[in-house]
Amino acid sequence: MVKANNLLKRREVVKKIIDNRGESKVITGLGSATYDVFDAGDSDSNFYLWGAMGGAAMTGLGLALAKPDTPTIVITGDGEQLMGMGSIASIGVQKPKNLAIIILDNGYFGETGMQKSHTSQGVDLHSIAKASNFKHSFLINCQDDFDNFISFLPPSDGPIFANIKIESKNPPRRLPILDGVELKNRFRRNLGFDPL
Amino acid sequence: MNSQDFKLKKEKSEVENNMENPLLNLLKKHNVKFLPYVPDAGHAGLISLSEQDEYIQPIVLTTEEEGIAFSSGSWLGGEKSVLLMQSSGVGNCINMLSMLVNCNFPFVTLITMRGEFGELNSWQIPMGQATPKCLKTMGLVVHRVDQKKDAIPVVDASLYAAFSSDQQIAVLFSQKLIGRKEW
Repeated sequence: MVKANNLLKRREVVKKIIDNRGESKVITGLGSATYDVFDAGDSDSNFYLWGAMGGAAMTGLGLALAKPDTPTIVITGDGEQLMGMGSIASIGVQKPKNLAIIILDNGYFGETGMQKSHTSQGVDLHSIAKASNFKHSFLINCQDDFDNFISFLPPSDGPIFANIKIESKNPPRRLPILDGVELKNRFRRNLGFDPL
Repeated sequence: MNSQDFKLKKEKSEVENNMENPLLNLLKKHNVKFLPYVPDAGHAGLISLSEQDEYIQPIVLTTEEEGIAFSSGSWLGGEKSVLLMQSSGVGNCINMLSMLVNCNFPFVTLITMRGEFGELNSWQIPMGQATPKCLKTMGLVVHRVDQKKDAIPVVDASLYAAFSSDQQIAVLFSQKLIGRKEW
């Protein structure tokens, strides 16, 4: 059991992931993951979900298969991934080398009043990914585990799953733009696609 | 052939037995790259053809809503997807459809209908009856195909409209067209 005061801090974790993204495209799951990635630095190569709960990993799969030479990183929370748990199996069938799914796992539904999620009640997403054909699945409890995982970014030997245990404290919200059309257009423009 | 195989063979839809090749060719003409799907007997022929095709890639899903997110992601990366599902899957998609409407992602889904004409399994009826209403409520354009001669033109028009003007379009292949499932 990891002591609470040793748990990694979400904003520090996400900042380091973003600092090591290289040319990666980043998709975020709704709630704190979206705020964390925006806080680490906005980019046209970020696509933030503000809704569509459970859809972050599959959005990442669609992008990863469409752009097989471009690394794709999905950053989401345990609650968001639990709603799309089947997508772990769907990714395990396709096995894209350029995809990493990163779970910021605080064991709570943070956006709705800190109700305990499944991952703080015995459910282990990292093992589910491991059993679903992911090439690498990391359970990250401490700084050393995390530093080891960072060397796998940007993803090129995937699919990679990183279940990062973080402290449950929620930093102040940092809100990126909400406009889905703008988020889509800027992301695609950055890849050389003009809006219709 | 065991009884299960026999049943599956009988379930294979009339529309796709006759149209699977033209339909696949049409999807390729529009440069559709991915066919995310939850299997349905009505789509079995098209899925089977896509498995042998060098360009189009079938993507098996655990639930239909995954296909909404997948299609959006593939379009972010510049590739087109068409989601294949049965009418019962529409109910699984409802909240995820908000992603399409919010971001104005181009989207086409081909839906084989159950629960509307000569249905034996009453468990299919509530979702079958609600399918067009649910799609319209979430802001999609719904086209219905009742006659075989309309299938290719309607799918062609839907692909053209969706990917040239960022529309979200569902094409329903009616149960009358597909033929009822024999038990």
